[in-house]
Amino acid sequence: MFEMMILILDSTVRLSTPLLLACLAGLYSERSGIFDIGLEGKMLGAAFAAGAGAAVTGSAWLGLACGIVVSVALALLHGFASITNRGNQIVSGVAINFLAMGLTALLGQDWFRQGGQTPPLPVEARFTSLDWPFAEALRDVPVIGGLYSELLSGHNLLVYVAFLMVPFTWWALYRTRFGLRLRAVGENPAAVDTAGISVTWLRYRAVICTGILCGVAGAYLSTAQSASFIKDMTAGRGFIALAALIFAKWRPVPAMFACLLFGFLDAVAIRLQGQELPGIGEVPVQFFQALPYILTVVLLAGFIGRAIPPKAGGTAYVKERT
Amino acid sequence: MVPAIELRKIDKSFGPVHANKAIDLTVAKGSIHGIVGENGAGKSTLMSILYGFYRADGGDIVVDGKKVEIEDSKAAISHGIGMVHQHFMLVDNFTVLENVILGAEGGSLLGEGVARARAELKRLEQEYELKVDPDAVVGELPVGLQQRVEILKALFRGADILILDEPTGVLTPAEADHLFRILRVLRDEGKTVLLITHKLREIMAVTDTVSVMRQGAMVATCKTSETSMPELAELMVGRRVLLRVDKKPATPGRTALSVRGLTVRDSRGLDVVKNVGFDLREGEIVGIAGVSGNGQSQLMETLAGIRRAVSGTIEIDGYKVDPTTGAVDPAEMRRLGMGHVPEDRHRMGLVTKFYEYENAILGYHRDPAYGKGAMLDLAAIRETANGEIEKYDIRPPNCQLRTASFSGGNQQKIVLAREIERDPKVLLVGQPTRGVDIGAIEFIHRRIVEMRDAGKAILLVSVELDEIRGLADRVLVMFDGALVGERPPETDEGELGLMMAGVNREAAE
Amino acid sequence: MSAGHLPRWVDYGLMPLLNLAAAFLVSGLVVLLIGENPLEAVEILIWGSLGWNEGIGFTLFYATNFIFTGLAVAVAFHASLFNIGGEGQAYVGGLGVAIACLALDRFVPWWVTLPFAVLGAAAAGAAWAFVPAVLQARRGSHVVITTIMFNFIAASLMVYLLVNVMGKEGSMQPETRTFEAGGRLPLLQDVIPGLDFGTAPLNLSLILALLASFAVWALIWRTKLGYEIRTFGASPSAAVYAGISPVRITIITMMISGGLAGMMAINEIMGSQHRLLIEFVSGYGFVGIAVALMGRAHPVGIVFASILFGMLYQGGAELAFEKPSITRDMIVVIQGLVILFAGALEQMFRPALIRMFSFARTPATEAA
Repeated sequence: MFEMMILILDSTVRLSTPLLLACLAGLYSERSGIFDIGLEGKMLGAAFAAGAGAAVTGSAWLGLACGIVVSVALALLHGFASITNRGNQIVSGVAINFLAMGLTALLGQDWFRQGGQTPPLPVEARFTSLDWPFAEALRDVPVIGGLYSELLSGHNLLVYVAFLMVPFTWWALYRTRFGLRLRAVGENPAAVDTAGISVTWLRYRAVICTGILCGVAGAYLSTAQSASFIKDMTAGRGFIALAALIFAKWRPVPAMFACLLFGFLDAVAIRLQGQELPGIGEVPVQFFQALPYILTVVLLAGFIGRAIPPKAGGTAYVKERT
Repeated sequence: MVPAIELRKIDKSFGPVHANKAIDLTVAKGSIHGIVGENGAGKSTLMSILYGFYRADGGDIVVDGKKVEIEDSKAAISHGIGMVHQHFMLVDNFTVLENVILGAEGGSLLGEGVARARAELKRLEQEYELKVDPDAVVGELPVGLQQRVEILKALFRGADILILDEPTGVLTPAEADHLFRILRVLRDEGKTVLLITHKLREIMAVTDTVSVMRQGAMVATCKTSETSMPELAELMVGRRVLLRVDKKPATPGRTALSVRGLTVRDSRGLDVVKNVGFDLREGEIVGIAGVSGNGQSQLMETLAGIRRAVSGTIEIDGYKVDPTTGAVDPAEMRRLGMGHVPEDRHRMGLVTKFYEYENAILGYHRDPAYGKGAMLDLAAIRETANGEIEKYDIRPPNCQLRTASFSGGNQQKIVLAREIERDPKVLLVGQPTRGVDIGAIEFIHRRIVEMRDAGKAILLVSVELDEIRGLADRVLVMFDGALVGERPPETDEGELGLMMAGVNREAAE
Repeated sequence: MSAGHLPRWVDYGLMPLLNLAAAFLVSGLVVLLIGENPLEAVEILIWGSLGWNEGIGFTLFYATNFIFTGLAVAVAFHASLFNIGGEGQAYVGGLGVAIACLALDRFVPWWVTLPFAVLGAAAAGAAWAFVPAVLQARRGSHVVITTIMFNFIAASLMVYLLVNVMGKEGSMQPETRTFEAGGRLPLLQDVIPGLDFGTAPLNLSLILALLASFAVWALIWRTKLGYEIRTFGASPSAAVYAGISPVRITIITMMISGGLAGMMAINEIMGSQHRLLIEFVSGYGFVGIAVALMGRAHPVGIVFASILFGMLYQGGAELAFEKPSITRDMIVVIQGLVILFAGALEQMFRPALIRMFSFARTPATEAA
């Protein structure tokens, strides 16, 4: 039973990682007042770029760099549309999702001719698991061994990066000048403008942060969790991350718990597939798949605390004639 | 002494609107300088240029004897200019401290800057009597304190020149007095204060020098002690507009609207209308005088069915309605004969992107005259609209233009025509001439009086005391959500002013 | 006319055209990038979609789907609501169609089934839009977010239903049994003599879609409800002033929108597939956003935009066949670019156009 729990928690961590990276990515953008439903597209684009880059160069790091570059480029496109051109942020997000979906498959097929996949990566072109000191030695110690050797040790670098990003984001948001301004511009851009700060540049920096983290999330999918890019491999994770962001009320630490919860649901769903639960019977796997969304809707309905988005979110900043 | 600010030939247009016409202005150091003018005279635009919010099309800005370029607010701040905006530029869910340091954090990490700001706030608090809890969340503070945070923001950035744009619009008289005390302290400490307002009383009360703007031009500058309210008023308006509308004495008939014990609570849970009761009779105009923000808007909205009351009754033409239930909505009130010309025609009275004829039926669109059943009869609607255009001399006379392309006065006529021509029993009129040109003002006033003479009951709310005194047959004064007294319109302006400031409450009762 | 305003024909004609041109230009660059000739690709695309009867049939078949989902998005646009849930509403709409067809197909002819199927589709789609609508109206939860969530919930629900509840007995395929004749809409060529669209599944739904377009036009511009929807969309505060209940309008508009999206399933399920199967919506709901944007939320514009997207779908299939390196994913790219340029970057050319036109106008004004 304990081992089963450890296994589920272990896969929870693995499944949560891309959600967490994307969720924190969204946090930067949305906290600055730019809604982003294009997390999915950026992640997908990055996954493809990382997979392709790593395959061509043979380096996971160069793959990661490719992923980040593509994701940031898409983020800047979102910024250009919604900040510079004051376009509709939702529409721009939808467009980016379409573009990423189409381009990754089209270029993937054209470049590698493997049905939209990138070539399988050798071990050295991937982010492989890092074993912590003494993990092997402690493996058989009861409880501690399981927790240390299985749960904490043995993940790849990007997993640790993702979880370290949580305190970092918290610190950046609440302890730095950039964070103060970021939170301000998402609530009242006019206050930021009249304080002599450029709203445009601030928001661009926010979407660049979003791009970087989505890039890491995408690279995780194709060069760490899997060994190649597969067509449409994000499979809605960008939207689950968005749900988690709402669930966390746009705060970094709750974001981690929300992602862990949604990752846990996913892990449990895989484990429980086709199994009877005592007293309940077989729970359809689709129920677990839908649960993150259902929970988010329930939260939005205000039944378990209220999720109030950044006040200026979704609207472009226009200096008003007073 | 070198003046604090010198503006030379500042010019600014927004499309066809010439908002500032070659403005010259000199502001002496260590003085409180008032800029007065009607709404739309170009005061706010001028100050926004000085604060770098807009760029002037032409002209020079000289600060402290040096010609400067103010490209953005950052540049303005660096030249020691601070501004308290009419709509506060505050982040509601931030603390006072966070709001104050925003943009002046003093380093990329907050820790040190916050500590320094805390100390600096303490110093400013002592020096200028500006007491605010630095850890309070701004959104939870009353507006008076929020404004203080704005002033602190400017001082924290080292402002020597402080611009205040219509600072008392949202303040109670007591808060306004406190603000004036603060301004005097600031001046005595060597700061320069620019006070933008359209309220002459404030100019007289607190400024050393006053400049008058009219229709985008600077028309006069003089010492406050050497001028008077009537003189300033004349300069503001351009000619002596006697808001004496020619009208016969009223011949009030039976009661058309009867309000009892009306109390309205706003979203913050504060009572904004307190136990208000009055009668309005056919063939009379009752004016509600008061400083903006004393519950007039909420009272009107409740009578129109837009807002729900917590207690009280409304009786219109003998028909009693319960304004505390959701059953009373604007459509229901219209059916009962309540017309409503709202205070803010852009937000409520019109859909500016609609065609004119579409606005001619707003609120009355369910009327079978405009289409049977579920359908609209466009021909009938256009006919109605064209009739009103002719009768009210709405220009340009084309009902198929977008409403946004009509001038303010003509837009107001569209609203007025719509509400009057439905022949209501009671007409609620809010700020009928706000942002309306002189010619249209006279027309609108005449219409309202004609309506009264046709035996209708009219409730008029205006922040322009002159308008109330010119139009109304009886004046009710509203202060802090309550009606504090009734006076005939001939009552001395000073006395009404005192009542509006809540001074002689007892005497009024 | 003040500065910043453009002549109507520029606003409604030239600008969308420029946006579209930009989208296609970039698409051409993408084709170049994968080493093909864009002009040749355009030729294949146009020939494939319009050059032969069967191609036209497919083009119009796809267009039928887009008309429904485009109208759905457009109706909500008029109330300033962004219904991004067309995908899920259409999916659940399929459930309504399938229930009607499965219940009736063995007993009655198709024209008896049709009204029930239409009702089922609209009701199911509307029901799926209802919860997000209520949450928006009563709780202020943003309808964009909730409808996205409902798309995913719909996907899970439908898979569950098709696997566990409605699946054909003795089959592992997540789909229902095939409808009998009473659950199949006739092809257009079987109803109207002289038409021949080969194997294209173009069916009576096209007529239904055109009727729906007319109905939406009448609703928005000729009815009191439409007036209220537009008033609310343009100015919620003016709507309240006019006695229009925001709650009521939000819910009604979203349900009409959801109902229209749901009716897309008539074309796919009753008109073509003749059984309910998973993922039959495959992005039509999302493309509805592009269609509505391009059609400027006007039914006439939507019909034209739908035909254009139908051409892309059909021509794109031909293109993928003729030029294997240009896979069908190219269509997705073009859709993305159209949404980007016609939607998010809609105003990109405005400043330049304003400069151009005010420049062109100045001499005339001076002369006058």
